[in-house]
Amino acid sequence: MLQFLQNIFGQGSIWVYIIMTLPPLVFMIIFALAAVWLERKVSAHMQDRLGPMRTGYHGWLQTVADITKLLQKEDIIPVAADKKLYILAPYVVFIGSFAAYSCIPFSSQYIGSTISLGLFFIVAVSSFVTVGIMMAGWGSNNKYSLFGAMRSVAQIVSYEIPTVFVILSIVVLAGSINLQEIVQAQSGWFWNWYIFGGPGGWSKIILIPFILVSFLIYYVTSLAETNRTPFDIPEAESELVAGYHTEYTGMRFAFFFLSEYANMFAVSAIAATLFFGGWQSPFGDAIPFLNTPWMQVFWFIAKGMVFIFIQMWLRWTLPRLRVDQLMYVSWKVLIPFSFVNLLIVSLFVMLR
Amino acid sequence: MNSVKQYFNNIWLGLYTVAIGLKITFSHLFTRAVTIQYPDERLQLPERERNRLFVNMDDCIGCDQCARACPVSCIYLETIKVTPGDIVGRTGVTSNGRKKALYVPTFTIDFAKCCYCQLCVFPCPTECIYMTEVFEFTDFERDKFIYEFTDMTPEQVVEKKQKLDAYQKEQDEKKAAAAKAAAEAKAKPAEDIKK
Repeated sequence: MLQFLQNIFGQGSIWVYIIMTLPPLVFMIIFALAAVWLERKVSAHMQDRLGPMRTGYHGWLQTVADITKLLQKEDIIPVAADKKLYILAPYVVFIGSFAAYSCIPFSSQYIGSTISLGLFFIVAVSSFVTVGIMMAGWGSNNKYSLFGAMRSVAQIVSYEIPTVFVILSIVVLAGSINLQEIVQAQSGWFWNWYIFGGPGGWSKIILIPFILVSFLIYYVTSLAETNRTPFDIPEAESELVAGYHTEYTGMRFAFFFLSEYANMFAVSAIAATLFFGGWQSPFGDAIPFLNTPWMQVFWFIAKGMVFIFIQMWLRWTLPRLRVDQLMYVSWKVLIPFSFVNLLIVSLFVMLR
Repeated sequence: MNSVKQYFNNIWLGLYTVAIGLKITFSHLFTRAVTIQYPDERLQLPERERNRLFVNMDDCIGCDQCARACPVSCIYLETIKVTPGDIVGRTGVTSNGRKKALYVPTFTIDFAKCCYCQLCVFPCPTECIYMTEVFEFTDFERDKFIYEFTDMTPEQVVEKKQKLDAYQKEQDEKKAAAAKAAAEAKAKPAEDIKK
């Protein structure tokens, strides 16, 4: 797509950069609207309710109505708030989650940026969200907000370590940190996906249990990084009102929500990319029309949505962890497991 | 050694119990919702439900028993006596054959005050005040809860009042005349005694 745009507008034209950023942004907004609705429907049906039913068919316009309401709301800035931080925080959070999209390959023809350090960039830039959350918590000058922000920082600092270990084990397998290359390494039928040991001979069967463990660890840590139940202690409605966004109203609040849901898709997309072949069709090139660039977008989003659904499913199943339990899970369970896992995978790759 | 066993057991339990929980919620995803979408679907009301009152003025005889039974005094009733030869309503009789001897120019119920106790319903001799099925009649102004049930127009009320006044005057005159006559008749024997 970059090539195509450069052909139209010429090398280095500003329009190339503007248009390249549009697809993830549009996708993000539409996804957030759809996912909020989906979340409500899934939660409702899991509790034997119906959820929103009044706005449109089965309430599919509910989130549009909600956004319309939020746009009309008064924008309140608390008197005691640290105005600069308070105003800036939602945008920082949004930038953090949006920047992660720049390295996610939506299809073989589209990736926001072709830098070779894609995965590293995503891991680094998604920590930017934490800065925004801290700014929001501190800037609100509200004890609940500050508690939420502190918890969020503690949580993300702890959970980033197993995440990176697990991601490293896949990087070791693929021999690249470029997400596009990782996806291309998994081309072919679905048994070439890394969750099934990746491409290679029968010896990969030894690897499958370790990859499964790393997938499990990645999924758990991704829940923690997006502040979702059972790791939603930064927002903990029943303890902290709404955590770090307690004081926010109207569009600023909507921005937090948007970036939260965008983040959800970002981690799901990375899970799909690393373990489930990214935009690869499960049938590989055996059925060519299922592996065209547009179908690849479909496969990618479909895989992401499966993980989104599992996130929602987990959210409405599990209770929230206590802070000490949260730390226990990260430092005493996930980190040793992911570290041993990385060692074994590296050893396998070395011996192969 | 025991604590190591405990450690792995905990991890296993953590994963296993989560799986059980997920199974339960997933099965609920496909069970039928218990929600009743209220304005579209309604629950059947219980047999002895008490709702908004209605007064069938065709049967009302203006006996005032409902107003007297009301514990919060939310029923306001006024009556005008019927002059002889006049008929209340079309027939002058209620549907169960009672003669109507009173016009009812006002029959007002203030539902903002009403406590829906149904005590007014039982004493009614003609069963003209009863509970309907309507229970949802919220409004923004308190005046909207004052319901007027009478079927008489203001002109009719004035007319009937004048008629009654005229009749009463006539009666009073008659009475006065009769009293005068009686007094004269009484006076006569007295005169006779004097004589």
